[in-house]
Amino acid sequence: MPGGMRQRMLINFRELYSFVCFGHKYEPSHAQIGQEGYSRVVYCNDPDHLEAVKLNYGGNYVSTTKYTAANFIPKSLFEQFRRVANIYFLVVACVSFTPLAPYSSPSILAPLILVIGATMAKEGVEDWRRRNQDTEENNRKVKVNGSDYTFHETKWKKLRVGDLVKVCKDEYFPADLVLLSSIHEDGVCYVETMNLDGETNLKLKHALEVTSHLQVENSFQQFKAVIKCEDPNEKLYSFIGTLSYDGKEYPLSLQQLLLRGSKLKNTDYVFGVVIFTGHETKVMKNAIDPPSKRSKIEKKMDKLIYVLFSTLALIAFVGSLFFGIETKKDVSGGKLQRWYLRPDDTTIFYDPKRPSLSAFLHFLTALMLYGYLIPISLYVSIEIVKVLQSIFINQDQDMYYEETNKLARARTSNLNEELGQVDTILSDKTGTLTCNSMEFVKCSIAGTAYGYGVTEVERSLARRRGDALAETGDAVNSGKSVRGFNFRDERIMNDQWVNEPHSDIIQKFFRVLAICHTVIPDKNEESGEIIYEAESPDEAAFVIAAHEIGFKILKVKQESISLRELDYKTGEKVDRKYKRLQLLEFSSSRKRMSVIVRNKENQLLLLCKGADSVMFQRLSKDGRQFESQTKEHIKKYAETGLRTLVIAYRELGEEEYKSWEVKFSKVKTSVTAERDVSLEKLADEIERDLILLGATAVEDKLQKGVPECIDTLAQAGVRLWVLTGDKMETAINIGYACSLLREDMKQIVITLDSPDIDALEKQGDKETIAKDSLESIKKQIREGMSQIKSAKESDVKFGLIIDGKSLDFSLKKDIEKSFFELAINCAAVICCRSSPKQKALVTRLVKRETGKTTLAIGDGANDVGMLQEADIGVGISGVEGMQAVMASDFEMAQFRFLERLLLVHGHWCYRRIAMMICYFFYKNIAFGFTLFWFEAHASFSGQPAYNDWYLSFYNVFFTSLPVIALGVFDQDVSAPLCLKYPFLYLEGVENILFSWSRILGWMFNGILTSIIIFFLTTKSIIKQAFRRDGQVVDYEVLGVTMYSCVVWAVNCQMAISVNYFTWIHHFFIWGSIALWYIFLVIYGYLPPEMSTTAYRVFLEACAPSVLYWLVTLLVVICTLLPYFSFRAFQTRFYPMFHDRIQSIQYEGLEAENSVRLPRRVRKKLHPRETLMQRNS
Amino acid sequence: MDHGTRSDQPSCPTRMSLWRKEAINKFTQQNLPACKPVLTPAWVILTFLLIGTIFIPIGLVSLHASRSVVEIVDRYDIDCVPEQFKSNKLGYIKDSSYPKNCSRTLKVNRYMKAPIYIYYQLDNYYQNHRRYVKSRSDQQLLHGLGSNKTSLCKPEQSNNGLPIVPCGLVAWSLFNDTYKFIRGKSELNVNRKNIAWKSDRDHKFGKHVYPFNFQSGTLIGGGKLNSSVPLSDQEDLIVWMRTAALPSFRKLYGRIEENLHANDVIVVNLMNNYNTYSFGGKKKLVLSTSSWLGGKNDFPGFAYIFVGSYCIVIAIVFMLLHVKYSRNTHVGYN
Repeated sequence: MPGGMRQRMLINFRELYSFVCFGHKYEPSHAQIGQEGYSRVVYCNDPDHLEAVKLNYGGNYVSTTKYTAANFIPKSLFEQFRRVANIYFLVVACVSFTPLAPYSSPSILAPLILVIGATMAKEGVEDWRRRNQDTEENNRKVKVNGSDYTFHETKWKKLRVGDLVKVCKDEYFPADLVLLSSIHEDGVCYVETMNLDGETNLKLKHALEVTSHLQVENSFQQFKAVIKCEDPNEKLYSFIGTLSYDGKEYPLSLQQLLLRGSKLKNTDYVFGVVIFTGHETKVMKNAIDPPSKRSKIEKKMDKLIYVLFSTLALIAFVGSLFFGIETKKDVSGGKLQRWYLRPDDTTIFYDPKRPSLSAFLHFLTALMLYGYLIPISLYVSIEIVKVLQSIFINQDQDMYYEETNKLARARTSNLNEELGQVDTILSDKTGTLTCNSMEFVKCSIAGTAYGYGVTEVERSLARRRGDALAETGDAVNSGKSVRGFNFRDERIMNDQWVNEPHSDIIQKFFRVLAICHTVIPDKNEESGEIIYEAESPDEAAFVIAAHEIGFKILKVKQESISLRELDYKTGEKVDRKYKRLQLLEFSSSRKRMSVIVRNKENQLLLLCKGADSVMFQRLSKDGRQFESQTKEHIKKYAETGLRTLVIAYRELGEEEYKSWEVKFSKVKTSVTAERDVSLEKLADEIERDLILLGATAVEDKLQKGVPECIDTLAQAGVRLWVLTGDKMETAINIGYACSLLREDMKQIVITLDSPDIDALEKQGDKETIAKDSLESIKKQIREGMSQIKSAKESDVKFGLIIDGKSLDFSLKKDIEKSFFELAINCAAVICCRSSPKQKALVTRLVKRETGKTTLAIGDGANDVGMLQEADIGVGISGVEGMQAVMASDFEMAQFRFLERLLLVHGHWCYRRIAMMICYFFYKNIAFGFTLFWFEAHASFSGQPAYNDWYLSFYNVFFTSLPVIALGVFDQDVSAPLCLKYPFLYLEGVENILFSWSRILGWMFNGILTSIIIFFLTTKSIIKQAFRRDGQVVDYEVLGVTMYSCVVWAVNCQMAISVNYFTWIHHFFIWGSIALWYIFLVIYGYLPPEMSTTAYRVFLEACAPSVLYWLVTLLVVICTLLPYFSFRAFQTRFYPMFHDRIQSIQYEGLEAENSVRLPRRVRKKLHPRETLMQRNS
Repeated sequence: MDHGTRSDQPSCPTRMSLWRKEAINKFTQQNLPACKPVLTPAWVILTFLLIGTIFIPIGLVSLHASRSVVEIVDRYDIDCVPEQFKSNKLGYIKDSSYPKNCSRTLKVNRYMKAPIYIYYQLDNYYQNHRRYVKSRSDQQLLHGLGSNKTSLCKPEQSNNGLPIVPCGLVAWSLFNDTYKFIRGKSELNVNRKNIAWKSDRDHKFGKHVYPFNFQSGTLIGGGKLNSSVPLSDQEDLIVWMRTAALPSFRKLYGRIEENLHANDVIVVNLMNNYNTYSFGGKKKLVLSTSSWLGGKNDFPGFAYIFVGSYCIVIAIVFMLLHVKYSRNTHVGYN
């Protein structure tokens, strides 16, 4: 983007995200008022007007809650049962009331109610918080003109359309208002719209002239007017209406609209009329839920659930088949086989005469019985774990930024584990990699370069070359430091500029800086410091620079600006007042801004600053005196990573101005669709024949720790793409400064700034331009590919730099793929001069083509599309307001925290969730299959091996808490080690911990466990007496024994897979086992009607039996051995990354080993080796 | 987290609150003191060796216990059918007019110390079939006729309009073979008391509940009950009604409270009443002593020894591999 000013993006969230409504916006004219879509009629100051009552517009009550007290139960239940697993359990619970059920209905209902209840409670608490926020907002106070025509305080929610309100300084507007008047005579007020669009600068609003005189409360006693305007809509940047007052109609526009959500600033009070209330306000109309994102792991988990369902159906089918056969055999040849089952007088479920029907019904029973394969508590556990993980992220002191007093914040807990799998980061530059606090460093005036400052880019380039320059940077200038000003040159400072050869030009130069801007100075009452409220930090930097050099702004008013400056002729300080006549605002297409002022000498001056690309062609013949030197300086500045602007001025003749002004104000007050175009044309008319004064250079400093962070991320195998609006030179230099590009990389530049295209552009034939451009891009991509191919053997790495125009063509359908292939083969990618839409499109391209996780990070409104498009959006809560943060999933203060967020939290969360899900499947399969093996020995009749309540408590009490502890606390390696060995992160990028082989491995382990448990148990105890007193094992004792083994086995399995054993883990794991025995004792003491088969079974039968305990020990050790042996051998002979680090840490071998990576790791890293090598 | 609280610290914090703060901080920063088990070769080998050294002795002791038990198993269901009915066992067993008595001779090989437990063993008998397991009324067993929660007992719920006590298929199919043991000339005393669980006798089967209308239907299942004895004393029934887990099971019949000596010859006079022929089940008579580990089963002992040995072998293999590759490790990794 040109020079100092950042493009102000006027984005409607919805449009950007969907890319649908990009067409030309039709500006309806006022003629449409009263027609469809423009039908609102507001009776100002008279909400009780008969007509108004008839119209019955809604109140100002706002509710953002998802549920109301009435619909909470049905709606949240509905939400719950959108999950397949929950539907399954609901159906099971319903069917459990029929004789089909293999167990009693309460025992299946209890865990379902518990699990659903827990999730609903969580929803409820969240909604309650929203409700409290709403209540706070609804009950805020505002002064309103009552029916007795005096102003009194009332609550926001009681406001009605047509009410006349008085809003005081620093208060929020309670609804959408039409500004009638303010404390200022001209009816202006300043508004901060940070909550709406994230912009921190103040916006100016004008009241209509006819109403602006109504400045005191009692002047409204007789005020009556009617406003007709558009219907409520979500467009923040358009408003059409008319005000009928005193029999005349006046047009209303956005200039008069004060939006709810914005705040009154720098103005003591304003009066306004409520036109949209409550949910009809524009901000509420805009409040759509951000697209909800789900992590890859969760999507895969859904597939896994389906795998489990298939397994369930399969084994149920196998069971039914055998059951059918067995049942049919019960009556063969008219004889009863298993007479003790009375097959002659039976029910439909066991009828030998209709075996297929019985088998089918049994299939349903089996689906219920083996339902324990499906982990009912999986979803709720994962949700709990993720919330707790987010709390840890939110509290991490290492991601605390003192300057803004902010911690990192997970705005959604859905994506924690996704952080551990990021493959590509797409980063904004300004404000993300850099601080976005501009410092005035250098300037070129009248062909002379001033300023000794050394920029960060220069310093880091010097550092790479090994020069000593790096250290001299700050030491020399240990003067007073002013924020935004880092200019050191004794020729100019301390009023020495008067002695320079071109002192008159220097004076003009700084006058332009001091006058040509839209900055509003604001004095901090307490400290006396002056704060500059500027549209962009660059402008503030200019004003500060002018101030420091000696052009102090005394007063800024709408119509004038006063400076105290040094008269270089007399050497005295004098106050000068400049009348501001016109302001030609900055826009991204104009790339310049101007003011027209009248000075003390009654001269008319046009002061202008703008991007070099537009400014040089506007110079007059006489004004090009220093053109070549200035151009050279600008080039040099850009190379050192500075943002430049050209400063020029021109004197206007009275006549010329007058005739222009007439045209200009005519167009300005018009409300036609062509207004903007005409304005631009008129501005263009007067902004010509300029006289060059010089150029400014401001530095946007890199944030602390950015190069190191990028280095570490590269070592972690994460690709980084920078998408910036900057000029190519600036972007490349920043690339070098932040160690994204390196000297030994070859640059592939794709650009359309070639002479041929330029020539074509001058001819203006759009079709040929497009065609030739496309051809040129194709050619450049091909050449790039062939360069890469030829360099494949050598170690040369490439950096791709592409500009916005070329990107437009590259993102076209047919060459998109080849562009992507080129980009993916480059170690670094920089897209310069890219628009917000392009940023989002590139993100989409990367996401789609790699199929891997993308993370977008940005700070400005122009990054919103990118943040929402990427799998993870990280918002930097920096200078540019909150819009990016509002659209993001994670929020943090500095780019460098990304390192910790990904490598530590991301890695841990990924690991935890992956482990957790695997373990969940393991434990449920281990349990579910014991039921199946037992069935196989009960002629598949559907008799569960365990008591009903053992079954239902399995998922809820005996095995769930340790998993949650694992999911919240487990750490394979500690945080410092995660950062020290970034390659560990590859486990997530390559999805090693949640690969199908690993999942199936765990499932297999589950089946193995179930086999060991069932067969070892039955073989050991089933036949002979199991105690000295000769008693034998019956159905109940076998159930308890097997169940004990399952509880021990799955909990101990957890214990040997946990890497990080705190007292919490001990408590949960051993507590769960103890809980099983406690439960058994208590349950066994209930009367036999309740405890049925569990009555006294533990204390009377099992506990006294030595064999019971011996079998438990045997079985548990046997179930653990396969996994333990596997891990033992794997850790020693084929270690995973974290094993390697653990053992390095354990053996204390870091000193020798840490520098180089294990060979296996290096091999994995092969495609990304470049990045690795530079650090070794 | 609200960082305002940081500055709100009391200027002179007590030791306790400092400690608490520290603890909370360690928690929130995920820095709790923890044991971080690492599978180092030393640990792995030690663990395997430890399991091995614990398991093998346990295995040996269990095996010894199992071997010390003397067990006599005699399958009689085939031999007790008279020769002429061999082709029509079902007809024989179903017809009550044929005599069912049968005599078996058992030889004691080793000294059997009292008490000697008498079991009957049935094979291929699905007492764990869902229909069968559910077909009982615990309420009725405890409270007798007063209880009407007997719907699960169908079709053995009532007969001739009168409810059956005890109802259900389990009770109906009561095992009714009987055994008498004769050593030399004298009959051995068989104690048939206290063969059921104490809790069953005391809390599950009513002391004032008497059999009623039992086995009076046309289709007679198994044994009959003495209707003057309360259910809590019908120990045969109680044992039978504690359903077995798997289709092959033993149930306690009684105890011989005299020692049997090696080479003793015992004649068993049994009544072969129970029908296992229709479904191909086996009937066995088992006499067994018991040890501290219970009855005779070498499986747990062998399993322990096997697992123990496996661990030791693994430990050795692991050690060898470790040594072999440790020479190469430095080459391999660096």
